[in-house]
Amino acid sequence: MYTQALNTAESDDRALEDAAKAAQFQARIDAEERIEPNDWMPAAYRKTLTRQISQHAHSEIVGMLPEGNWITRAPTLRRKAALLAKVQDECGHGLYLYAAAETLGASREELVDAMLAGKAKYSSIFNYPTLTWADIGTIGWLVDGAAIMNQIPLCRCSYGPYARAMIRVCKEESFHQRQGYEIMLTLCRGSDEQKAMAQDALNRWWWPVLMMFGPPDAASQHSDTSTRWKIKRFSNDELRQKFVDATVPQAQYLGLSIPDPGMIQDADGHWRYSQIDWTEFKQVLAGNGPCNRDRMAARRKAHEDGAWVREAAAAYAAKRGQRQSAQAAE
Amino acid sequence: MAVANIQVSETPLVLYVLRRADDALILGHRLSEWCGHAPMLEEDMALSNIALDLIGQARELYSYAAKVEGKDNDEDKLAYLRDVRQYRNLLLVEQPNGDFAQTLVRQLFYSGFADLYWRAMMGSGDATLAAIAAKSEKESAYHLRHASEWIIRLGDGTEESHRRAQAAIDQLWAFTGEMFAVDDGERHLIDAGVAIDPASLRGRWFAALSDVVGEATLELPQNDWMQQGGRSGRHSEHLGHLLSELQSMQRTFPGLTW
Repeated sequence: MYTQALNTAESDDRALEDAAKAAQFQARIDAEERIEPNDWMPAAYRKTLTRQISQHAHSEIVGMLPEGNWITRAPTLRRKAALLAKVQDECGHGLYLYAAAETLGASREELVDAMLAGKAKYSSIFNYPTLTWADIGTIGWLVDGAAIMNQIPLCRCSYGPYARAMIRVCKEESFHQRQGYEIMLTLCRGSDEQKAMAQDALNRWWWPVLMMFGPPDAASQHSDTSTRWKIKRFSNDELRQKFVDATVPQAQYLGLSIPDPGMIQDADGHWRYSQIDWTEFKQVLAGNGPCNRDRMAARRKAHEDGAWVREAAAAYAAKRGQRQSAQAAE
Repeated sequence: MAVANIQVSETPLVLYVLRRADDALILGHRLSEWCGHAPMLEEDMALSNIALDLIGQARELYSYAAKVEGKDNDEDKLAYLRDVRQYRNLLLVEQPNGDFAQTLVRQLFYSGFADLYWRAMMGSGDATLAAIAAKSEKESAYHLRHASEWIIRLGDGTEESHRRAQAAIDQLWAFTGEMFAVDDGERHLIDAGVAIDPASLRGRWFAALSDVVGEATLELPQNDWMQQGGRSGRHSEHLGHLLSELQSMQRTFPGLTW
């Protein structure tokens, strides 16, 4: 997930391109064919996807930080191993997605540099802090749950490498989601203190998670092109509603209350939620969330502290290459 | 609210298993501190992977120690409810991560030893230890390869990486001797064919290490004064901080299921 809220299609510059090629391209999309890296594609399609996939990759990497915050404090060895494995999976997703973005002609270095320079976005959700162990359960349950809601349609995205990456990522996310829910279940069946911890975490994460799906459809200006290109198959509000409908019974099973007293179930069975505070969402996107600065500082520090290691690896590889050529010449 | 430490009946076999378990957990914990902060994503993956292997080894060893002890303890009580003086790990593994060179030199020293040790342990007369060793040996072989390749890259990389790698070796060398020390209880288990005599591995450990360090254009220190104490609970100041983090949940919320 983690990109829906952020992606904006590039201005439509198809006029500059061969109209016949563009028509053929759209026909392939309409026929549900997959576009592959060597195929012709409109420049704006390439640019939109590069941005979306790299934002997704950045989100996976920044997303390691809030959960990584609890690896050293996980309450049991089993939980510690599971959390470490989960965060490692996210890193793997990031790597996999950067590779998918590279098939569009961007390099991982330039994409990462753009993120570190604050020019590229990542999901707003990771700018919230993990304060208690219940936050780890809640992130698995809700954040990964929301991610799955968004990513399952992306498994049918028109761009082949992205769609294939999503199939694998979805399998792992779905495991994470169950793991998170199981943490919540354990807390909710535990002591009063544990149950209160679970409720407090749900209270803090609920609204930010709903914001993950992006602005309401009425305010979303850029979905048309992505929809026509079959990068996006459902609107923000459609996905948000699916998520809410799936989540409310899960919360009921846990015995937790969704922090939305105005929520009601309509005649069609859909849970109608109250107005989302979009001011908060805009503030977080603008860099003013509780952890934006910490997250960027942590990523920059890792990058800067690791520079000498990457330089050493490159220098060694160059030396070894020279020695091998020298040997071959003898 | 203070939570009492558990008491462990440290028979020679319980103590022997606990020492190996503590080595694995503490080093696994240290490596897990890198997750999200490594010099490149591939190393976030690799260091997490090694940490997971080590935590997995620790869990099996703790469970076995608890079984041998035959009291009310289990893997989590052994990990979360003993304090610094009850921990039995090597001083080497509790040393802070430092920079990437220090982490990898620590790993090279330990994995070079662990690889030989687990391989020998596969022949233990204790079937459980032999089975744990068979799994751990495969993992340690990979850990050793990973660390060796990095030390060669760092040593023979840039001037800065060479300097950092040499500094890490100089810093950690004095903690390597403890790996080969044996007390009376352990000697008894060695004679019974249960435990491995680490002294018998020292020559091969040193030879393999010298090869890697030589290829890396680095040097092993000449000094042979070695720090000891971890095996009997006399640790560096670093371990207490690690444990206060590791154990914070179990100490704050005693007796709950997570």
